[in-house]
Amino acid sequence: MKKIIELKNVTKSFDGQVVLDNINLDIYDNEFLTLLGPSGCGKTTTLRLIAGFESADQGDIIFLGEDIKDVPPHKRNVNTVFQRYALFPHLNVFENVAFPLRERRVPKAEIEEKVHEMLKLVALSGFEKRSVTSLSGGQQQRVAIARALVNSPKVLLLDEPLAALDLKLRKDMQSELKKIQKATGITFVFVTHDQEEALSMSDTVVVMSEGRIQQIGTPVDIYNEPTNAFVADFIGESNILDGVMLEDKKVRFHGHTFTCVDGGFAPKEPVDVVVRPEDVDIVPEEKGMLKGVVTSVTFLGVHYEIIVDINGFKWMIQTTDFVDVDEHIGLYIEPDAIHIMKKSEYSGMFGDYSSFSMEMDEIGELGEEDLEELGEAAAAESEGDA
Amino acid sequence: MRNQNTVSRRQRVIQRMCLAPYSVWAALFIVVPLLFVAYYAFTDNNFNFTFNNITRFFTATSSVADEAGVTREVRTYLLIFMRSLKLAVISTFICLLMGYPAAYIISKASARVQSILITLIMIPMWMNFLIRTYAWMTILQDTGIFNSMIGLIGLKPIHIIGTESAVVIGMVYDYFPYMILPIYSVMAKMDEKLIEAARDLGCDGFGVLRRVIWPLSLPGVFSGITMVLVPSISTFYISQKLGNGKFYLIGDAIEGQYVANNLHFAAAIAFILMVILLACMAIFQRAANKRAAV
Repeated sequence: MKKIIELKNVTKSFDGQVVLDNINLDIYDNEFLTLLGPSGCGKTTTLRLIAGFESADQGDIIFLGEDIKDVPPHKRNVNTVFQRYALFPHLNVFENVAFPLRERRVPKAEIEEKVHEMLKLVALSGFEKRSVTSLSGGQQQRVAIARALVNSPKVLLLDEPLAALDLKLRKDMQSELKKIQKATGITFVFVTHDQEEALSMSDTVVVMSEGRIQQIGTPVDIYNEPTNAFVADFIGESNILDGVMLEDKKVRFHGHTFTCVDGGFAPKEPVDVVVRPEDVDIVPEEKGMLKGVVTSVTFLGVHYEIIVDINGFKWMIQTTDFVDVDEHIGLYIEPDAIHIMKKSEYSGMFGDYSSFSMEMDEIGELGEEDLEELGEAAAAESEGDA
Repeated sequence: MRNQNTVSRRQRVIQRMCLAPYSVWAALFIVVPLLFVAYYAFTDNNFNFTFNNITRFFTATSSVADEAGVTREVRTYLLIFMRSLKLAVISTFICLLMGYPAAYIISKASARVQSILITLIMIPMWMNFLIRTYAWMTILQDTGIFNSMIGLIGLKPIHIIGTESAVVIGMVYDYFPYMILPIYSVMAKMDEKLIEAARDLGCDGFGVLRRVIWPLSLPGVFSGITMVLVPSISTFYISQKLGNGKFYLIGDAIEGQYVANNLHFAAAIAFILMVILLACMAIFQRAANKRAAV
């Protein structure tokens, strides 16, 4: 595969605060690459560096083998879909999409043809004369995508493009974006803080935290083989425990020695152990490798999410078997469900589920504006109820 | 439902009561005086209905001598009106030419610098415009500050006072803030992301200005033009002081007739000026709306 963009030892700081710390990243032709991380991890800055809106303090940005440090944004063969669309309010749908073509003085007939082709691609044929301010959020999003694609860029940069859409629309747009990427063969660099979105759409996921890349891999790799506690916690749900590697394929935690499939650690090396909630089997107490007490049960439709207290450590387990609160149960874990990670700076920061609240996690990700919107939506809902 | 209705009806009544003082004020000090102007414009000294004042504006003639000493007959008030219009258009154009870049630069500055610059621009507005006009008289006199300054760098004094240029300088100085402020307020609100989007889509600096910033700032430009053009057409006194009374403007004509106790003719000139300005503004506004709707 051909490399399109290479970031080499890129460092960037704002007002003395390091936002990107020695980033190395290769982006290949025709791939759907996602930069994933919590707010402030540097993912948007990375995107803006590629677009040319920011310049790196140190390091090189190579585009098709050429250093593009001094190339201004309007001369780069990349286009951006902005978070809040940034459509031109003084132009209608057609003129918004035609904007980059008019700048290049493309002949009129060709402009007509290309704009219609793009609007068809995003399923907005017939909207040419509409004012962009009269469109719904999803429609504005499509116009923004059409406008960014009409120049046939080598790379399309998408800065949290779906964050402002509601859940249903977001799901639709996810599959549509994936379809558009396949149809056009353009490399997509997609920024999001939504791990589910990242896993379902990407060929490659780049997990970032505090200005550093934590892991690069396919969605399956990232989920099954997280490199450290941060990735394990950020992607999906995980029980992360302190353990000691006794020898290859033998790990000890919670006072029990487990067989696992990992090796290559020093004898008695302290490690982080990850067990996904769906990989734990519930068995009668006397047959369990570990024993605990159920402290809460939540019904989530497909499965129950239960919290089990084992010697003070709260495990999360997803199961289709019903158990009751205060029931004593045993846990059984298959060797290949136990994933061993080296200790890292993130060890101990993420652990059990004693203070678990999904809602809080989500709200923490949203900006103030989003919160206002949530408030308005809630207000509108309660009005409807009345 | 019933309860809700009564509440909202009560709110409406309260709203109207809150508006009442303003309505009375507007009626008393805006509508009534306008009706008086119209009434005076269409009556003679004995308050009998007449069109004479109106026709006099269009037909009154006087003879002027040009520089070669040749005298010719002109329509007095039409000539004055056209002269007012010319100087007002020139002043407005200069205000726009200076004000647009200034507003842009201010809107790009840091929040602190922005508020300092805007305050600096507004400070002269706190002074009486007669005082400002007198200040310009002393600056522009043949032996004034301006000529002493250029004398210092070895240039010959320039005769400015008593020329149209002096009148234009006075008008530009007086009305400049009214051009900057509306343009600045539109630009300060402009979404930075739109500028980034334009650059992303292939515009260089000038392209961004031409295709995004300029069209989006047009509402500010239109209201700036309105706020400078209208008062500068009807301005008086500036021309008397800075033009040495040689460039009698329509505002001076109204003042002159008023001082000479020709109240009815003064009202007629004011009335005609008002109608012409309203018509111009309506056409202008329609053009502006059309632009905005595209």
